[in-house]
Amino acid sequence: MEGAILQTIQLTKSFDGMQPVLKEISFSINKGEVVVIVGPSGCGKSTFLRCLNRLEEIDAGEILLDGENISEAGKNIYEYREKVGMVFQSYELFPHKTVLENVTLAPVLVQKRNKRQAREEAEKLLKRIGLLEKKDMYPRQLSGGQKQRVAIVRALIMNPEILLLDEITAALDPEMVREVLQVVSELAREGMTMIIVTHEMDFAKAVADRVIFLDKGEIVEEGEPKEFFSYPKTERAKKFLNTFHYEALEI
Amino acid sequence: MDLSFISAYTPMYIEAAGLTIRIALYGIAGAFGVGILCSLIKELNIPVLKQLAQIYIELSRNTPLLIQLFFLYFGLPKLGIVLSSETCAVTGLIFLGGSYMAEGFRAGIDGVPQIQRESAYSLGMTKKQTFWRIVVPQAVATSVPVFCANIIFLIKETSVFSAVALADLMYVTKDLIGLYYKTDEALFMLVVSYLVILLPISLLSSYMERRVRYAGFGNTGIVSGH
Repeated sequence: MEGAILQTIQLTKSFDGMQPVLKEISFSINKGEVVVIVGPSGCGKSTFLRCLNRLEEIDAGEILLDGENISEAGKNIYEYREKVGMVFQSYELFPHKTVLENVTLAPVLVQKRNKRQAREEAEKLLKRIGLLEKKDMYPRQLSGGQKQRVAIVRALIMNPEILLLDEITAALDPEMVREVLQVVSELAREGMTMIIVTHEMDFAKAVADRVIFLDKGEIVEEGEPKEFFSYPKTERAKKFLNTFHYEALEI
Repeated sequence: MDLSFISAYTPMYIEAAGLTIRIALYGIAGAFGVGILCSLIKELNIPVLKQLAQIYIELSRNTPLLIQLFFLYFGLPKLGIVLSSETCAVTGLIFLGGSYMAEGFRAGIDGVPQIQRESAYSLGMTKKQTFWRIVVPQAVATSVPVFCANIIFLIKETSVFSAVALADLMYVTKDLIGLYYKTDEALFMLVVSYLVILLPISLLSSYMERRVRYAGFGNTGIVSGH
């Protein structure tokens, strides 16, 4: 596929020989595109993101970044992960490091960037999300929404080619969801390539270029957000959209 | 209570306390080293060494220090290895403490959630970088209470050193009781000596435990949200 930045070909994943969690997923995303993945809990959407960041080994299939198969044995997994940023539901900032240290650790350690230059860039990014004055605080002194915004900055400073967001607002109080989604919307506007797993249907509608509906480890439906949310084609997608409020309760 | 007896023999107790502290310091430092080494061997999953470390830990935790000392002091000479009382005492303390330190540190390492590592991996950090920069600092912080408890435990265990003819606090006390029948005074001074050594350490460790509770990095009381 031409123009695809990240692509999977028949990606299959199962845990301990059980029923596959992901069944031959073929997927691709173009540069600057925002794809939102929705689906019921346990449908495999988080596992899919974890496979894309190679936090999970895949059983079969291929993952291609810029056309290069990175799921082959012997490929430099660390170099690959540098280019594929990830943000987790539970923030996962490093509790023993200040906000600034959290953001500058990987650029200095992994990319061998100049310490001062990394700090300046970190400060610039923190300023953009309105958290510059918190730079010397520790994660536990921040609110959930602030932590998640720092986690986004921590991934961004690596200049990833693509960003994976795994239910990043699911652990947040409602009033904090907005401040985090605001940052994500801005990134989308600036042309950041992103794959977003979320239960925020309104947000998905607003930010997505394309929506993928995943159920029981398969891509059941795929389309433009307007079309998908207003006129879902499959029965399973209809059923999911009718009941997703109950789904949200299960988080 | 014979106060003149107490004041006359105080210097002797101070000297014995000095010896106890010195040996405890060597022993605790050594136990730290052995403990960290063992937990690293287990964490890095090194074959053979891993099994050896486990055997050592079981052996150390399931035998009393007194028996370990007897083995070193009376058993080893039969194999041609003669150690001084002091060497025996330090070695015994390291042998006993190493396993406790190892298990404490191990629990600290296990206590760092897997997703913390994954979060570091996702930034391109290697396993080694992740272990030293992310896991170890958090593990050390959560292990502090266990380390403190172990240090106090090991200092208390030094009271059996007299069994290998080391002139420590217990030895001096038994000596004085045997020589002068001043049981009350001698035991009183023994208790006071141990309290003088242990109370400051105990207070210091509760202070440190408070500081690292919940791995409370940057705990200044300003905690907002969750």
